[in-house]
Amino acid sequence: MLAYIVRRLLFAIPILIGVNLITFALFFMVNTPDDMARSQLGAKQTTPEMIASWKAEKGYDKPLFYNEKQPGLAKVSETLFVQESLKLFWFDFGQADDGRQISTDILERMGPSLAIALPTFVIGLVTNIAFALLIVLFRGSVLDTATMVVAVAIMSISGLFYIIAGQVLLSKLWHWVPISGYSDGWDAVKFMILPVLIGVFAGLGAGIRWYRSLFLEEMNKDYIRTARAKGLSDIKVLFGHVLQNGLLPILTGVVVVIPTLFMGSLIMESFFGIPGLGSYTIDAINAQDFGIVKAMVFLGSVLYIIGLILTDISYTYFDPRVRLS
Amino acid sequence: MAEFILTPLWTDWMIWGLVGAFAYLGFLIQRSQQVRAQWLGIFESKLAMSSAIILLSYLIIALLDSVHFQTLGMSGVMEYKSALDGVFSHLALIQERTYSAPFATTEYTKSLVVNAAGQVQHIKQPLEHIANPAQFSILSQSLLAIGYASLSSGLLILLHLFWRSRVHQSDFIGWTKQVIHGQTRLPWRTAYFTVWVLVSLAVWFWIMSHSVHVLGTDKVGSDVLYESLKSIRTGVLIGVLTTLVMLPLALFLGISAGLFKGWVDDVIQYVYTTLNSIPGVLLIAASVLVMQVILSNHPDWFTRTEERADIRLLFLVLILGLTSWTGLCRLLRAETLKLSAVDYVTAAKAFGINRLTIIRRHILPNVMHIVLIAVVLDFSGLVLAEAVLSYVGVGVDPTMHSWGNMINQARLEMAREPMVWWSLFSAFLFMFVLVLAANLFSDRVQTVLDPRNQSSL
Repeated sequence: MLAYIVRRLLFAIPILIGVNLITFALFFMVNTPDDMARSQLGAKQTTPEMIASWKAEKGYDKPLFYNEKQPGLAKVSETLFVQESLKLFWFDFGQADDGRQISTDILERMGPSLAIALPTFVIGLVTNIAFALLIVLFRGSVLDTATMVVAVAIMSISGLFYIIAGQVLLSKLWHWVPISGYSDGWDAVKFMILPVLIGVFAGLGAGIRWYRSLFLEEMNKDYIRTARAKGLSDIKVLFGHVLQNGLLPILTGVVVVIPTLFMGSLIMESFFGIPGLGSYTIDAINAQDFGIVKAMVFLGSVLYIIGLILTDISYTYFDPRVRLS
Repeated sequence: MAEFILTPLWTDWMIWGLVGAFAYLGFLIQRSQQVRAQWLGIFESKLAMSSAIILLSYLIIALLDSVHFQTLGMSGVMEYKSALDGVFSHLALIQERTYSAPFATTEYTKSLVVNAAGQVQHIKQPLEHIANPAQFSILSQSLLAIGYASLSSGLLILLHLFWRSRVHQSDFIGWTKQVIHGQTRLPWRTAYFTVWVLVSLAVWFWIMSHSVHVLGTDKVGSDVLYESLKSIRTGVLIGVLTTLVMLPLALFLGISAGLFKGWVDDVIQYVYTTLNSIPGVLLIAASVLVMQVILSNHPDWFTRTEERADIRLLFLVLILGLTSWTGLCRLLRAETLKLSAVDYVTAAKAFGINRLTIIRRHILPNVMHIVLIAVVLDFSGLVLAEAVLSYVGVGVDPTMHSWGNMINQARLEMAREPMVWWSLFSAFLFMFVLVLAANLFSDRVQTVLDPRNQSSL
């Protein structure tokens, strides 16, 4: 088991190097340090000396991939790519444009992000599966058709609409919950209700359809027919067999998402003024702070790869047919 | 003397080129008996038929808006316009001062005005561009609109009825009876009804917009109906052109990986796993940020704001395409792997037939259903994504008409008391109808083309 995990972690390294290569290509080759200097210093009155000093100050005055002036191994290591990548691997994201440490900011903001994302995810999952099971129980009936129509309609409405409608109805007109904001401790709950509710509802359409087709596929298998022939009731088959065996495909979709929950949701957090990683990213995008965007891209990739590894491990746990090799 | 000089934008070339390509594809489909039967199968569903007609009407508006020309304006300056501006020319001109509600005769908020007697009043000023309420009645105008619409769509339907009865070699009266009773193979009755409703709506909006702001005006006093209509082009373009970028990549890489295996497969798998592991929005955001810097460093690429917005849209489509091919590529790779082990492909290989010929004759036709399903599924997602991206600030140019920009601008107005809701409402409504039609249609495509569903059909 341990050997397997170690091997998977080693496999992750080339992928992370690839991710670095892409972000590096975007931020340093398409958009060279000279360009960055020019846009930071203002386009008009920049002299080559000013650009050179800005680059030296930021540490961007090295060659991209190959340093001819250095001896031996330093030819490769004294370059922008290696320097920038190595820093990321130690989770040293450097400073934001306003001088704050990006790493400490990220650690601080993970909490609020998770406080919204985790309940949305768990409640959403349970609701989706519950609704899907209910519909599968009444498959082929009017209820089935009606729910499917509603599900398509829910899917077709922009997520922005749910947020705005929710804020207007629940907060502005009915005054049930505060419209936006966040606070520490248990007080946060009243701020969490609306985003979580909206998040769950917006995902309902796609979720129900996905789990319904998953369960229906399981329903058409031979062992279900056998179970029914034995005289087991519909409900027993549904909860005893279908749910249990449907767990595996559910896992594939679900486990990979869990680590990325830390990243928060861009839209939700900026609408509800939650000081999480999502709104952090949006602010960085609007301020054109490349350092933060770069850090978030790297962090997101790491979390996704962790998710992939967790999925593999969970398979061996729940499906005895799968053996790690 | 009005003179028209065509001044097509980059995206105009692309969308018209794509429509031409699809027309050619349609011609090919027409020729193959089997594929044609499958396509007819899609349209046998009433819902799919209505959705297709709605999608088509959106496409027509987008295409009209993609014919750009230069003409001498009223004030003697050269103006850039599109064919849609030509149809709704009265809307492009009427600019109010600020917000007004749908069908309103006065501005939404009170302002200070000095009246003829020299007194300062705090009143809701009358709008400049609406008809005198005394001479104008919504009911009679609506009846007039429905009359015109019924007449024009009726003519269209009659022509079509006549043509179909000829094709089916039956007499006109008998065929019409079959259509009315819904006994034809394709649901023409539903199709005609949809056409009638759409034409009525279009004519009604067109007639009414001459005398009132049907959907109100926004902060700077522009007509919301006009904004919503102009936004259609952006939404449709992003949905359609992204596919154009994504398809060749996914097809080429997916089939190569599945067919050649070995190191080719390894490299392609590595590339898409890497791309996939970067969160989509962030990758798009990063690319768009970089693009903005490139654009600001190359002011010589464009001469006017429309061109700048157009190049930005082009880049956005490119970025969306480059970041979204991985899903389809993986599906195609798996399918090609399966196909390459099938007897007839093995036989073709053993005969020493060229790899390209194998791909063209055996692989491509057998993965086409996957491609089609992916294309229609992606479309609605992309339309919705545009709104979100524009909200985040990494979407289309802020000067461009788009639903995302409309929502973004109107969002702050929700805090006003009383609420300004019509901008948001219009943007969401236009978007909803398009996405719903696309979703319903893609559902049907999936049911008909996915071989796993064959037994249940």
